[in-house]
Amino acid sequence: MTETSAIEVRRLTKFFGRKPREALERLRGGATRSELAPLGTAAVIDADFDVQRGEIFVVMGLSGSGKSTLIRTLNGLLEPTGGSVTVMGETITGMSPKRLREVRRKHVSMVFQHFALLPHRTVRENAAYGLEIQGVPAAERRARAEHILERVGLGGWGDKMPAELSGGMQQRVGLARALASDTDILLMDEAFSALDPLIRKEMQEQLVELQQELGKTIVFITHDLNEAMFLGDRIAVMRDGRIVQLGTAEEILTDPADDYVAQFVQDVDRSRVLTAGNVMEAPRAVVTASAGPRAALRSMRDLQTSMVFVVGSGRRLLGVVHDRDVLRLVQRGERSLESVISDDHPVVGADEHLSELFESAVESQLPLAVVDEQGRLLGAVPRVTLLAALGNVSSNTAEHTVIEMPATIPVDVITATLHRTARPETAVADAADATAVAVAAAEAADIRAEVLMRADAAGERSPA
Amino acid sequence: MSDFRLPLGDWADAFIQFVTDVFGGFFSVVRAIFAGFYELVDLLLQTPPFWAVIIVLAAIAWLAKGWKLAVGTTVGLLVIVGVDQWQNAMSTLALVLVASLIAVVISVPLGVLAARSDVASKVIRPVLDFMQTMPAMVYLIPALILFRVGVVPGIVATIIFAMAPGVRLTELGIRGVDKEVVEAGQAFGSSPWRILRQIQLPLAMPSIMAGVNQVIMLSLSMVVIAGMVGAGGLGGQVVQSLTRIDVGLGFEAGLSVVILAIILDRVTGALGTKRAPRRRGVQSPTTDAAEPLGPEAERLPAASANA
Repeated sequence: MTETSAIEVRRLTKFFGRKPREALERLRGGATRSELAPLGTAAVIDADFDVQRGEIFVVMGLSGSGKSTLIRTLNGLLEPTGGSVTVMGETITGMSPKRLREVRRKHVSMVFQHFALLPHRTVRENAAYGLEIQGVPAAERRARAEHILERVGLGGWGDKMPAELSGGMQQRVGLARALASDTDILLMDEAFSALDPLIRKEMQEQLVELQQELGKTIVFITHDLNEAMFLGDRIAVMRDGRIVQLGTAEEILTDPADDYVAQFVQDVDRSRVLTAGNVMEAPRAVVTASAGPRAALRSMRDLQTSMVFVVGSGRRLLGVVHDRDVLRLVQRGERSLESVISDDHPVVGADEHLSELFESAVESQLPLAVVDEQGRLLGAVPRVTLLAALGNVSSNTAEHTVIEMPATIPVDVITATLHRTARPETAVADAADATAVAVAAAEAADIRAEVLMRADAAGERSPA
Repeated sequence: MSDFRLPLGDWADAFIQFVTDVFGGFFSVVRAIFAGFYELVDLLLQTPPFWAVIIVLAAIAWLAKGWKLAVGTTVGLLVIVGVDQWQNAMSTLALVLVASLIAVVISVPLGVLAARSDVASKVIRPVLDFMQTMPAMVYLIPALILFRVGVVPGIVATIIFAMAPGVRLTELGIRGVDKEVVEAGQAFGSSPWRILRQIQLPLAMPSIMAGVNQVIMLSLSMVVIAGMVGAGGLGGQVVQSLTRIDVGLGFEAGLSVVILAIILDRVTGALGTKRAPRRRGVQSPTTDAAEPLGPEAERLPAASANA
């Protein structure tokens, strides 16, 4: 077992009040918070979760849901009434104060809601506080503090007093203090809640950046669901002392565990949480470049659409072709699609948030092509899907009749063209086309439909 | 109904008798230490010529606050010299300084203890109430028995009477330190002693200094009463003028007390507000906590003038 979780929490319960033993038993027996109100407050009830190394774990809940109590048990500021907490493989529950301090110095640092800087010390001394407690020599901690201050954007502010800084800057000092200690785990208690929205956004982005760079394990407490969704690799939603749902932002958003969570996520700006990859549909109108104009035209006819994506080898997206252009190619007897592939269609990355897709979606009528880093086509986001995702309309149950661009050329025209330009080497496919005309005209028999499908599949597959 | 009487007085008597019998030696030692301490400070203030002492005190005032206070101090002290109360005033100052110093040395740790433990706080609070509200002269009786006539019972009674605000304001100051900042200390693995030294005491300093200021003011107001048990100084003069119905002497001695009180108040008050920011006059939020106490401190010299 080389890789343990950063934090393991088992059946953690924290009760403030009289008769904690009795309260614990009743809580484990399923008693609710209000039933125990005469005895005291059950702040956290049976919390059970692991925090993986290097992830941002967000605990989300309204005030009084027990999240601040929960985070304080993670570094032993509060001793749990029941259950246990294990930090980096060391069980801190029931540990002696001396050893507990050791664990805090080595493994866990904390960022506070109201910054909690030492007002009588300079910014640099504040940033170096954790190192000072660790017993790092003065010169070294000065250098390390200076380096971290630089990193959080406070280079040159080391000699100022905290009161001379704005709120956002003070919290950067708080963050620097925690980072300078170089612990594996960062506990952040509503760290950005006291900041202005703009500065908060900036700090959130910086935190994600720092986390990716330094690989810290972060436990972040917030009452702001948007913040939770933005930061959290995983999110635990708390209500009345219990964790009601634990999952990724997308899971919580698309599949809330109960009405409470559902009500909560109603107000979330879904466009900032869901990504193109989350909502995209499998692209149906796709042809390979080498399949040629006839295959493309056939595909468009069958899907009743006016465009198809064209991919090269390895499904790399080359562009789109439109039915009129392809029809012309077929009429002229051209063998290659290349001359009509246009690349002025919108392309987005799979991890782009929906909020970033709107502009592209407005600018072009075509569905947005979703690609990965190598430029491979993963899926498509038609406007309808974009709207459905924002409105939380399930795309599984509702039937979207118009997903592709509607065809602009009548089916029989296409079929006639294909038929007219048929060549010997494409006889099989054209035979199928011929039958397709018959199908369209006279409601075909099943066998013939099967022939059509097989022919189509052959046309799409063979060149690739 | 008249048959029943609570024998509280008898018990107090018996208790003091018991204490004298058992701890007599201990009190002799305490008496010797207090007396020696007082003699030393008194000697330091009395030996140099008056102008030298005035220069030193004015310099302290100047450092603590500014030239205005230095001028005021000089003028005030010259008035005392002018009414021929210099020696008495210096004896009183020595008594106040010794009593205040001992009171602060006892009260600040007690305040820290009360701030850290709710139990200690619950025990200490009624004791403080008792000490503060019991008429000050009542302390003099056992003090006289235990320490005999002279300056020591005066010092002891003064310490008991003046200690309370020191304890209270220290407790208040430490309890008033931002909980999150203390938590930050704990979260980074600081030991309780280190948190006290590096976080709680520095941040509570304005409040503690306000307490020290109050201790000194209360000590000064006890001076007259200490004069009754032969502590001498300005108190002795006041008691003398009372027995002789000498209005002139009473006024001169009383005025000298007021002058000393104002000087001590302004100097210690200035130290209290100057300590906290320490660096480049930055106004930390905790400094404001000392402000509401300002008017309180202003009123006290007036109160002692009535005494």
